[in-house]
Amino acid sequence: MRMQPNAQFDGQPVPEGATATAIELSEASVTFGRGDRAVPALSKTTLKIADGEFVALVGPSGCGKSTILRLVSGLVQPTSGVVIVGGREVAARAMRVGMAFQNPTMLPWMTIERNIMLPLKIVEPFRSNFRKLRKTEFRDKANALLEQVGLNGFGNRYPWQLSGGMLQRANLCRALIHEPRMLLLDEPFGALDQFTREELWAILQNLWMTHKPTVLLVTHDLREAGFLASRICVMSARPGRILDDSRVGFARPRTVAMTFEPEFVALNQKLRTFIEDARSAAEQEAG
Amino acid sequence: MFGIDVRQKAWSAGLIVLFFVAWELFCLMTGMSDLVLPRPSQVFLTLFQRFPVLWPHIVQTLATTMFGFVLGVALGAIIGVSKTAYDTCYPLLIGFSSIPKVAVVPIFVLWFGSGTVPAVLTALSICFFPIVVNIATGLATTEPELEDVLKALGASKLDILWNVGLPRTMPFFFASLKVAISYAFVGAVLSETVASNRGIGNVMMTASSNFNVPLVFAGLFVLAGLGVALYVVFSLIEGRVTGWATRKNDVIAT
Repeated sequence: MRMQPNAQFDGQPVPEGATATAIELSEASVTFGRGDRAVPALSKTTLKIADGEFVALVGPSGCGKSTILRLVSGLVQPTSGVVIVGGREVAARAMRVGMAFQNPTMLPWMTIERNIMLPLKIVEPFRSNFRKLRKTEFRDKANALLEQVGLNGFGNRYPWQLSGGMLQRANLCRALIHEPRMLLLDEPFGALDQFTREELWAILQNLWMTHKPTVLLVTHDLREAGFLASRICVMSARPGRILDDSRVGFARPRTVAMTFEPEFVALNQKLRTFIEDARSAAEQEAG
Repeated sequence: MFGIDVRQKAWSAGLIVLFFVAWELFCLMTGMSDLVLPRPSQVFLTLFQRFPVLWPHIVQTLATTMFGFVLGVALGAIIGVSKTAYDTCYPLLIGFSSIPKVAVVPIFVLWFGSGTVPAVLTALSICFFPIVVNIATGLATTEPELEDVLKALGASKLDILWNVGLPRTMPFFFASLKVAISYAFVGAVLSETVASNRGIGNVMMTASSNFNVPLVFAGLFVLAGLGVALYVVFSLIEGRVTGWATRKNDVIAT
């Protein structure tokens, strides 16, 4: 089968090589600092993500999961190896990527609506029309997204007037408004309570199923990974490398109830064992 | 919350009134000569009677102060915004700002003659340092996460400065403006006192050599009044621009 650029992904596992590659890391390493103070954050990682896939990265804390995200977004350059995103090597300037961190990082001097429209002010082709369309088309776009995450009528509030869960929803809107082909999420729900988190899983799943971007999600929560991802990569302790790479075949849309079924629990346990082994291996090395 | 606010303002107003009343009573009871310490009522009377004469001097001082202040803000902002410029200039700036400005005025007078130019330059040189330091501090303490949001979108350095750095720095900037405007007054009046034939500083010098002490005090009152007025103006602008940073009051909410 020939490679098709921009082939749509139907949410189900597909045979290898059927779709275009969105993200490719080959032997990518990252070391922070130099000489005696050098801290290896990621060692020779190879990872290939197809267009439209939803990949979750799990692993012990400080294992370099976030480093992979920062590599893909272009915020960090690889010390060695190659990172190819959207068919191009990641240069100093990143391309059309949506990003959301654990901290919602809404700019406090702007209303939620203007915060969400921020990427349109920066990214072409929206940038050139921003002045002309910010009061009409772009505002409608922002409000349509807000409606999709259940934040109707909160557009003209300021960030401090919203709760943590609401801010994180707005954060997802901001990551999606410029219609990125790629969504990079760094523990976006880490600071939320269990119920809000489960609610947002469903919202994110819904957003993914309508917009179909390639998603790379870093998380500590194995249930979250199982609920959302179509593929889960387990990483070893620092310096990180990928230990296991498995597909998640549960039908969509998935529900919270599904996460208590035996099949799901078994997946969780398998992932858990991997991470525990990685942790104890790291401790032995350190000891 | 409303009640507390009003009570606070009443206390502040009360303290001002109390200050003048105590001063008046002190002079009356001790029989103080108005050559040493005039009563506030005398000062206000002098201020009222001599106001037409004082007015051009007030305008002169206000104009030189504002001119020096605007130049100081521009220079301070240019140096403060660029990290390279700030790091390069910093040692020189500290050295320069440590020099008492009284010592510099004669040099300005030597170069530019007495009058407006030295006053503007003194106001500028005394007021721009806090602005530089505050803008640089504001930019340096901007949360990297806020910048990362834009960097991940491929924003240029100018985009980041314009959309994140500068708005984030506004509270620092306004705090420094409120300090700088009083500094600019000090500088302008200082220079007028030493070498000028116009301005409130000059009026006070002339009055004190004529032993017209109430007029000297009237000059002080004018300066205090102008200082307060400009402080209030900047506070109002600050409230509008940086209300998000002091979000306890609902100034800009919805």
